[in-house]
Amino acid sequence: MKQWEVVIGIETHAQLATRSKIFSGSSIAFGAQPNVQANAVDIALPGVLPVLNKGAVECAIRFGLAVDGQIAPKSVFARKNYFYPDLPKGYQISQYELPVVLGGQVTIQMGQGDRLTEKTIKLTRAHLEEDAGKSLHEDFHGKTGIDLNRAGTPLLEIVTEPDMRSSTEAVAYARALHALVRWIGICDGNMQEGSFRCDANVSVRPLGQKELGTRREIKNLNSFRFMQQAIDYEVQWQIATIEDGGRIEQATVLFDPDSGETRAMRSKEDAHDYRYFPDPDLLPLIIDREWVELTRANMPELPLAKRDRFVSDYALSSYDAAALTASLDIADYFEAAIAFAGKASAKPCANWVTVDLAARLNKEGKEIGESPVSAQQLGGLVGRIVDNTISNNIAKKVFDVLWDGEYGSADEIIDKQGLRQITDSGAIESLIDSVLAANAAMVAEFRSGKEKAFNALVGQAMKATKGKANPQQVNELLRQKLGQE
Amino acid sequence: MSLTLEQVRRVAHLARIEVSDAEAEATLGHLNGIFTLIEAMQAVDTRGVEPMAHAQDLAQRLRPDCVTEENRRADFQAIAPETEAGLYLVPKVIE
Repeated sequence: MKQWEVVIGIETHAQLATRSKIFSGSSIAFGAQPNVQANAVDIALPGVLPVLNKGAVECAIRFGLAVDGQIAPKSVFARKNYFYPDLPKGYQISQYELPVVLGGQVTIQMGQGDRLTEKTIKLTRAHLEEDAGKSLHEDFHGKTGIDLNRAGTPLLEIVTEPDMRSSTEAVAYARALHALVRWIGICDGNMQEGSFRCDANVSVRPLGQKELGTRREIKNLNSFRFMQQAIDYEVQWQIATIEDGGRIEQATVLFDPDSGETRAMRSKEDAHDYRYFPDPDLLPLIIDREWVELTRANMPELPLAKRDRFVSDYALSSYDAAALTASLDIADYFEAAIAFAGKASAKPCANWVTVDLAARLNKEGKEIGESPVSAQQLGGLVGRIVDNTISNNIAKKVFDVLWDGEYGSADEIIDKQGLRQITDSGAIESLIDSVLAANAAMVAEFRSGKEKAFNALVGQAMKATKGKANPQQVNELLRQKLGQE
Repeated sequence: MSLTLEQVRRVAHLARIEVSDAEAEATLGHLNGIFTLIEAMQAVDTRGVEPMAHAQDLAQRLRPDCVTEENRRADFQAIAPETEAGLYLVPKVIE
């Protein structure tokens, strides 16, 4: 059987996190009543003129810097002409020949630990454009309802080269891009609300063939899971079609999550004749060096740089460092906790942030920015584990109390609830003595060679100390005692 | 270069302009006249001249990112042919 190579390129529409629209002063807040955020420009009344939003351009510059692309000193807005009721002007203002960002790349990671691999996905371009409105097809006695609140919402369309070779790589790219646009604060990344939408161009070719196969474009993938499923289905469909002697026709397809299949949209004969031309209502966009450098100075440290620094500065594994740099909020939280607990506490801090805190946040559906336990509070708690004031088990209880918000710090809870670890071996010894005396049967079992009985005795001893003894110390003292007798 | 009648009909369709056969013929004449003009201009040597995207050699003015518009839906919808529940209603479109 022939070996096939999969070729994927991705186009992403990221909704920019501005306050107002790209060409008008209307709000872009999500969830408003229909058409209350659509002004004369957005609904295309005659005689109106677009005025470009500086905030949207700033987002494009930030993106260009983050992916190390070329920020065009001069770019041009063009009209993309087509008719649809949710596009009131009859054209979408976009960029065509001269986009605002050229080139750049995104590094993706797959697998973890020893099997971690990296790959660089090259970007073709990123350009600014406006979104269209929404059509509601249901329930208006045979008519379609049009909501133009979304019309004019600023988008950055980010286009890759056909660099990806599997659905896994495609999803890794989409995730990396999603994390990046949130990291640099240009997009909220909310996929349910449509703030981050991907189209995947998929083709297959016999392994070793140079020319690309005919591609089909899967539109509007609004979750990473659907992206994986849609590409996997599309790839096997294309291979099966070719192996059965068929040909792939260039088409736009939609993914149906219910059936797990992709199907071609009814092809519109004029679909690709958009007759782009420079928009005479808008002058060229000029971005000078000064503006770029000013923006560069305000950029946060980027995810990969931060990850590498976490590995070198805090001696963390690349796995931990990757988890801590999944978002800027997590990374900032971690560093604030370290600032409090000290660099030596980096590893336990990493564990608490990525395991205990993450689990609790996940359980309560909260983002790290909404955590009731502040970074300083967590740092204070970890500090007390590291200096042996409390055991890890007690720390979990203290964490729960901190979460409830009644107390201000771990120290306060440890003092008020008397949780300080018992380190005085004399005190522990006398407790162990009484445990041994009260559990003669277990002691006898242990002596007859049942190791399990030892664990039971440790449990009893820990119970007697109300969990406040260091388990390792109890272990050692108990062994000594049983050995001595 | 000159256009064909078929191309004129296609452009008219793309622009959703209804043209009769007579209008298509007349338009073909007008458009070919414009093309003759363009051909004459193309004879000019433009090497070293940067293509223009706009007739004026100016930069786009930018607006600060502020919400300045208020809700005027009632005014806008007063002149719309049909509305319901805040939506503009149009003949059914299904992809």
